[in-house]
Amino acid sequence: MSGIDSSQHPPFIFPAYQSSVLRGPTRPLFDLGAFHAAQSGAALEARASLAGRFRLGELDHDMTRNARQGGEPLGERIVVSGRVLDERGNPVSGALIEIWQANSSGRYAHKADDHDAPIDPNFLGAGRCITGPEGRYRFYTIKPGAYPWKNHHNAWRPQHIHFSVIGSSIVSRLATQMYFPGDPLLDLDPIFKAVPAPARGRLIAHFDLGVTQPDFALGYHFDIVVAGSSATPQDDHRGGDK
Amino acid sequence: MSQASKPPLTPSQTVGPYFALGLTPAEHQSIMRPLVSSEIHGQGQPISITGRVLNGAGRPVDDAMLEIVQADASGRLDNDGFAGFARADTSMEPANSFTFRTVKPGPLRDGEAPYICVIVFMRGMLLHACTRIYFADEEANLNDPVFSRLPEDRRDTLLARRLDAADHGAYQFDIHMQGERETLFFKLPNATNA
Repeated sequence: MSGIDSSQHPPFIFPAYQSSVLRGPTRPLFDLGAFHAAQSGAALEARASLAGRFRLGELDHDMTRNARQGGEPLGERIVVSGRVLDERGNPVSGALIEIWQANSSGRYAHKADDHDAPIDPNFLGAGRCITGPEGRYRFYTIKPGAYPWKNHHNAWRPQHIHFSVIGSSIVSRLATQMYFPGDPLLDLDPIFKAVPAPARGRLIAHFDLGVTQPDFALGYHFDIVVAGSSATPQDDHRGGDK
Repeated sequence: MSQASKPPLTPSQTVGPYFALGLTPAEHQSIMRPLVSSEIHGQGQPISITGRVLNGAGRPVDDAMLEIVQADASGRLDNDGFAGFARADTSMEPANSFTFRTVKPGPLRDGEAPYICVIVFMRGMLLHACTRIYFADEEANLNDPVFSRLPEDRRDTLLARRLDAADHGAYQFDIHMQGERETLFFKLPNATNA
């Protein structure tokens, strides 16, 4: 596939992941970067400032509390934290991170999930947070369970949390999944294995005793690096993160 | 500007079939307060853009999510009172169509045509894809520095067309992931040449 950095990202079409076969684009991409390098100004894709415009609720970052109905969610409490950086290594502040996941039994609170595992009435599995001045984020949740899917016989997704990251512009837009260290399902998962081998490790969080909160929750560290630069000239005119 | 370390990018993964839980909760009667809607409010000409996302077999995709980003009616990107960002999925409406309600953007510069950026996510896409909506009834397309340089046989795939002759601002824009009419997608500029 021309135009995509194939050393970092999976291809559009990865036949072992069956749903990709009829859904990924097949024709060459038009390279806006090459075009704009030769022109004055830049594409809207690199200019529009998206970070810093979202307001969250008090419990949005805490999935152990944001959907309680008189009880606590079941499963292993975890805290996940890390930093969002741009491709130059600078922190991205004001980035919106949205997360969604299965409950501890491996069931999503979504009508399309028909896996025969219990729903947890006290757990929704959706949350969000915004990165601080150093690009740091933190959220609390329940460790998600593995679950079967229909890609092939006896297919199981490894435990994972979905991440959507909205950084400074469209260029830095990222959807990804965070996995857990030591999961034996990783080597069997075509979605994970669609990523070039040298880059796969970047999707696996690290257990971190420093992030772990005594008597409360195990801690995982997960840094995210997005494309583009957070220091665009447009930042000068934005007038604060209102 | 720090050149100390250039960390490698975090790889992309699919949003999967359950993204609505976190990203488009309003369309699923979730208790989660929606953060981004399918509407953009502002001064200017109100328009709607309706369409479908079609897979390589020509079938509508019922679990795609689209995001649009645009300038305001005067072509500004730094208007603090204007949230030029919206999100819609294809799960709910009849025929699995999406609808955005917004205002028609102005051109970013003189001599350019107005356009809306579109980011496409879905189950089955390991990496999102970016395209643009141009307006079929804009004469400025012919001289636009990007549009006029696109492969001639693929320009049509970026054109939103009026649904009726009357001036109701209703446009249709389908996205074809594959096939004869495969939508033209863009590789975006990166930090070194943005």
